[in-house]
Amino acid sequence: MLRIPCPFCGPRDHTEFSYEGDATVVYPALDASEEAWFEAVFLRDNPRGAHSEVWHHIQGCRSFLIVERDTLTHEITGARLAHRPTAEALK
Amino acid sequence: MQRYSALAVLWGGLTGQTHWKPVWGRPEPKGHYDVIIVGGGGHGLATAYYLAKEHGITNVAVIEKGWLGGGNAGRNTTIIRSNYMIEGNTEFYEHSLKLWENLSQELNFNVMFSQRAHVSLVFSAAERDATARRYNLMRLNGIDGEFWDPAELRRRIPHLNYDQGRFEIFGAYVQPRAGTARHDAVNWGYARAATALGIDIIQNCEVTGFIRRAGALIGVETRRDGVAGEIYADKIGLAVAGHTSVLAHKAGLGKLPLETHKLQAYVSEPIKPIVDQVIVFGGVGHFYISQSDKGGMVFGGDLDSYNSYAQKGNLPVYQNVMAACMQILPCLGRVKLLRQWAGVMDMSMDGSPFITKTDIPGLYLNAGWCYGGFKATPGSGHTFAHTIARDEPHWANARLTLERYREGRLIDESGHGPVPKLH
Repeated sequence: MLRIPCPFCGPRDHTEFSYEGDATVVYPALDASEEAWFEAVFLRDNPRGAHSEVWHHIQGCRSFLIVERDTLTHEITGARLAHRPTAEALK
Repeated sequence: MQRYSALAVLWGGLTGQTHWKPVWGRPEPKGHYDVIIVGGGGHGLATAYYLAKEHGITNVAVIEKGWLGGGNAGRNTTIIRSNYMIEGNTEFYEHSLKLWENLSQELNFNVMFSQRAHVSLVFSAAERDATARRYNLMRLNGIDGEFWDPAELRRRIPHLNYDQGRFEIFGAYVQPRAGTARHDAVNWGYARAATALGIDIIQNCEVTGFIRRAGALIGVETRRDGVAGEIYADKIGLAVAGHTSVLAHKAGLGKLPLETHKLQAYVSEPIKPIVDQVIVFGGVGHFYISQSDKGGMVFGGDLDSYNSYAQKGNLPVYQNVMAACMQILPCLGRVKLLRQWAGVMDMSMDGSPFITKTDIPGLYLNAGWCYGGFKATPGSGHTFAHTIARDEPHWANARLTLERYREGRLIDESGHGPVPKLH
């Protein structure tokens, strides 16, 4: 079991969350080139080590979080709100 | 190569079993090979074997970081089938299944391929109809498939939970030619046959980098038993499922349509024969089970569903798998688990693999096997060898390209879209 430190709910079991993948992917503008969309939809760094990833606290506060986790050791070193304006407002 | 036969076993019995010889050695790497295959699992060993046998290329090295078949080739549930629906997969997996059917004879090594049938249970009228479409498409493609109604299913597999399950069993779609094989025997058989054809199998040798000249790859940097070295080659093939992205970055290929996830498998204590087939519980759950020749129940379920290179599984998935087992085979409730393990997979963006040349001269890629690598072993080796030797794909892997993602021609068997954890 992974324990994810949700900024709102505290440390929670990962089974409360839905994994949404690589958080470094930035989706381009709707009228961006096919190449830009191809890269965003299909290509991943897939690192063996430090990974920024999105987890949706679907059975908790329902926030989208960006979690820093090591894909080899599963060590979690941080979790923050994915929605930047909300994160700023809560500071 | 010392041929194995019943007569040789008899003779060995009379002469104190002193005739056995090692079937592969510990060769020193040469300075240069025609082809280097990185990865000494089933796919890598099969590729080397077919390079020598079908294409006469024998100056080949297989470089393995650990020991032969110590990765996913030794960590799977040994299921072999070709019940695929979409072009690209249909011809490839059927080609592979046909190679399986003659593999023990071809390698003179009993891979214990047992065509015991693959039985996909259906639990609703809608699931029955959707699966009928799949199996009808298979039959149009020359792949065997049939339907067992509840009465026939009950006659063939009496121990399923017919009367007290939460979901009614509506029957099963069956591929009779599907089955299982002995995973280690496949690795050993290919390694022995490849060695006999003059191929060097170099274990405990990690590829740490690539050597370039004018944009092309011309060799690999290695660390063998802790000592750094260099081996040159005209062509380099990667068959390192699970770790493809790591080596692709080192080779300069950049990002690939892959995420690495882990999949667990389980085996119970041996029990008397109870399940003759491979049984799959799909749709409302995800669970597959067969019984090994030793009697152990071998089974598995879903991915752990987050990126991971750790060969260890999490407990919530473990619990889900056991719950699914109790749903369809509650008679196994008191059977003790013997072992549980996890392997790391290349989960591709459409759930299908790629066997292809790359944009980098000298580099060839075999990756993206998701759950399906074991059954693909002969087909993967056969078509990858063809691709490397001739610089063009075999007909069976012509659609398994990397370009398909860019061109929107995905081979998305499950229809989940670009979400690797769901394939």
